[in-house]
Amino acid sequence: MSRTIIDKIWDQHVVKSVTDTTDVLYIDTHYIHEVTSPQAFTGLNNRGANVFRPKQTIATADHNVPTINQHLPIENELSKNQVSTLIKNCSDHGIELFGIGHQKNGIVHVIGPENGYTLPGITIVCGDSHTSTHGAFGAIAFGIGTSQVEHVLNTQCLLLSRPKTMRITVGGKLGKGVTAKDTALYIIAQLGTEGATGHFIEFTGAVFRNFSMEERMTVCNMSIEMGARGGLVGIDYTTIQYVQQRVEDISEEKIANWIALNTEPNAVFDSEIEFDGRDITPMVTTGTSPDTGIDISERVSSTSRNSSKGLSYMQMELEEMIIGKKIDHVFIGSCTNGRIEDLRQAAEIVKDKQKAKHVTAWVVPGSNDVRKQAIEEGLDIIFKNAGFEFREPGCSACLAMNEDKVPSGALCVSTSNRNFEGRQGDGARTILASPMTAAASAINGEITDPRIYLN
Amino acid sequence: MKRIQSTGMVLNVDNIDTDQIIPAKFLKSTNREGFGEHLFANWRYQKNGEPNEDFAFNHYPKGSSVLIAGNNFGCGSSREHAAWAISDYGIRAIISSQFADIFKGNALNNDIVPIEIAAEELALITQYVEKNPSTNIEVDIEKQAVRVYDDTFSFQKTFDIDPLKKKFIMEDISELEYLVSIKKEVEAFEELNIL
Repeated sequence: MSRTIIDKIWDQHVVKSVTDTTDVLYIDTHYIHEVTSPQAFTGLNNRGANVFRPKQTIATADHNVPTINQHLPIENELSKNQVSTLIKNCSDHGIELFGIGHQKNGIVHVIGPENGYTLPGITIVCGDSHTSTHGAFGAIAFGIGTSQVEHVLNTQCLLLSRPKTMRITVGGKLGKGVTAKDTALYIIAQLGTEGATGHFIEFTGAVFRNFSMEERMTVCNMSIEMGARGGLVGIDYTTIQYVQQRVEDISEEKIANWIALNTEPNAVFDSEIEFDGRDITPMVTTGTSPDTGIDISERVSSTSRNSSKGLSYMQMELEEMIIGKKIDHVFIGSCTNGRIEDLRQAAEIVKDKQKAKHVTAWVVPGSNDVRKQAIEEGLDIIFKNAGFEFREPGCSACLAMNEDKVPSGALCVSTSNRNFEGRQGDGARTILASPMTAAASAINGEITDPRIYLN
Repeated sequence: MKRIQSTGMVLNVDNIDTDQIIPAKFLKSTNREGFGEHLFANWRYQKNGEPNEDFAFNHYPKGSSVLIAGNNFGCGSSREHAAWAISDYGIRAIISSQFADIFKGNALNNDIVPIEIAAEELALITQYVEKNPSTNIEVDIEKQAVRVYDDTFSFQKTFDIDPLKKKFIMEDISELEYLVSIKKEVEAFEELNIL
């Protein structure tokens, strides 16, 4: 029978089927960070247990780290304790850690791919919902809770129900100024935040085939915002080329095995949805849920999944034009849009311009490697000359666990993934958008269609 | 755990994400304990730390162990701190029309029973319990049945729960104990599947 890539990778990793619906799944690669791992290590230590396969776990500090003066000690005592706890746990259990200041440090979902740890055909988990990012490589990747972090540390396995499968095809071609982020926000607006619950999604179609790995990561990253357990893209030349640039000596046989994982022509998914890339435009969210995105040129509407509670929190009126709305902050970064291509796209708009005086604009690279690359290309100068802050890597204002908070009541155009109440700081109001839209909005000081700045 | 008998607390909001259940500023702890006081913190408390009287949840008697919440409960972040906060507050079961996947797994790993019923049924009991907070709620895990009743109202429904997770909850077995117990099979799998 023809099978999907999701079924093939899953089946290859089943240690045993416990019931008709529940499998013990083997985990190839486990990423950990300082916020969701300490309780798992405590559990392990209390039982006198060991990490079963320490070489298959990679650690970074990202959620809770400052994004300025990283060479100095962390000021917040609780944050400092979490980071030092991670250092101790990794050292005690023989786990490789890319800590603050390390050249490979950065957001877990940025460093895994760029250092060649994320590979096609493997299973990847992390105590972070945006682990779905790694699906871009044709991998089964998903977020887990801390109890499960302990399960993986101790046994390299998880007890899971078999997923349902969904295929989302985006055909056609994206217009100028329309990005992977807009594609993600468009799909989420169509599906709703619960639309893919219980499913792994395969994204396919001409738009995904033409996407770079960075673009694929942006959309897979936000599959969790569709309610999905994870999302992936089939393995092709783009995937192989990216991996070969980071991993030495990949055999022809291995590549052939990866390609053979791809979904077969007659494979049946539990559900199928098709979109046309030509229908997608620059998107901005209007409420407090990621599925409230609208075409940037439209008015705030009651049909865009907005709740009255969300609109009231956002201080948005129905039928209000979103374009031209005055903003206070711009955040360019996160595991969704903190990669080099994102910074290049934002810099293209910002070049030779000044941000609006009343706007605070932050660029937070996803990793030290992204930061270094941006500096080599002179992007940091473009941002600084325009009045943006160019900071050090971390999750930063995406979830505002560190000092990078948007003040109460302030309106922020953000390239991150969630616009929940208080996500970027108590009372902060978030509009999700692409790096281009965020950059154009910083220049004009109001929500701006980036296409006006594109030739 | 086999049975839950309690009154219910209604939180009639759809898409309650884990950032609302436990805001990120409370995730700096390295322990599992003490999150209950921060459950729904941004809704439960005013800026000065006083309880928010407009938040209906604050008016239910403490000791109620069933939460009745809107559709798509627990979406967003994978933070298990959300399940810890709910459990620490004393909640043992949550009734909704849909749960986000990661939250559902986290709930079960903390012996919180997620009960999914149809949207119309959820609307029915939400409306009734909101008006009648002393309504009885009974959850029978073995029979996979939930009953919401008083002298004038009765609603009964069976719900789905993964058979293995049900067994684990009823017999107080942790997933971890099970996984540790099959270590030899995992090693055999590794032998056959050199990565």
